[in-house]
Amino acid sequence: MKLQSKHGIRDGLPIVIGYFPIAMAFGILAKSGGLTIMETLGFSLFVYAGASQFIAVNMIILGSGVGEIVLATLLLNFRHFLMSASLAAKMDNIKGIAKPILGFGVTDEAFSVASFAEGTLSESYLSTLELFAYSSWVLGTGTGFMIGGILPEVLQRSMDIGLYAMFVAILVPELKKTSKALTLALLSGVVNSVFYYIFNWPQGWSIVIAIVLVSLIGVFIYGQESSDQEVASHE
Amino acid sequence: MSNITLIILGMFLVTYIPRLIPFYMVSGRPLPLKLKLFLEFIPYTALGALLIPGSFTAISGMPMVSVVGLGVAFGLSWKKGGLIAPVIGAITIISIILWLQ
Repeated sequence: MKLQSKHGIRDGLPIVIGYFPIAMAFGILAKSGGLTIMETLGFSLFVYAGASQFIAVNMIILGSGVGEIVLATLLLNFRHFLMSASLAAKMDNIKGIAKPILGFGVTDEAFSVASFAEGTLSESYLSTLELFAYSSWVLGTGTGFMIGGILPEVLQRSMDIGLYAMFVAILVPELKKTSKALTLALLSGVVNSVFYYIFNWPQGWSIVIAIVLVSLIGVFIYGQESSDQEVASHE
Repeated sequence: MSNITLIILGMFLVTYIPRLIPFYMVSGRPLPLKLKLFLEFIPYTALGALLIPGSFTAISGMPMVSVVGLGVAFGLSWKKGGLIAPVIGAITIISIILWLQ
């Protein structure tokens, strides 16, 4: 089945729910840090990078320099290079005009949802999914700045679990299908924790190295088996 | 240009370029089998690294509460599938726990 726009709306909804309260928190933080509404929206409209935006505003408040902030952002978001590559490899013949749009919308959440969606990825599916997520991020930012905390504090705090719950829910059906999913995800989590807690690497790097290292280990473990299948399927 | 505008511009470039380039490098090209496999495994390894250890500190200062929320998401997803129910379920349980405290 080829995935279409309507599936993009369906699959984008959990991201919309997850992003809105976090974006509101960003709007509130930026306002309290003395940013104008245009600057605050500018971050969400042009940077669109979750945790990096929070870190940047905190660094601005602390008086960090431009170079330092930009470098921290590069580090924290470099994993999206790997995610974009993985997504792009699944899609054939993307139109020239679609590439800059699809690339801009790649986030941890859009990537995770799209990667495990049942069916063939299409430009219309991915762009709809991404647009939904993006709109929620931008609207949430504006809402947070303008009206501050409209949600009860208990609910606002609880919603921090939302995107993690979504990641769990994306992974579970894969765990049922294949032992590969559990092995690779668990190993990657362990490697990430070791780099982060024991070696004290910045989180941006520890995630990138965990993804690269464990995916390579995966090729090493499962590579032979799939090239056998490849041969078998040609026989 | 103000400092903030400069920061936004710099951050725009360093977040956008890495997520854009692969769409030009990879898309529509025949790839060696090993590279294809490597890229196919990234969704699993990325989810693993995004979840562990970050998810245990989702609710700051309350790792056990975070784990309960993740457990609820896991259970709902295992029984019913879909994304919305696990997300809403985890948020609801944690709201109740935090409200009771």
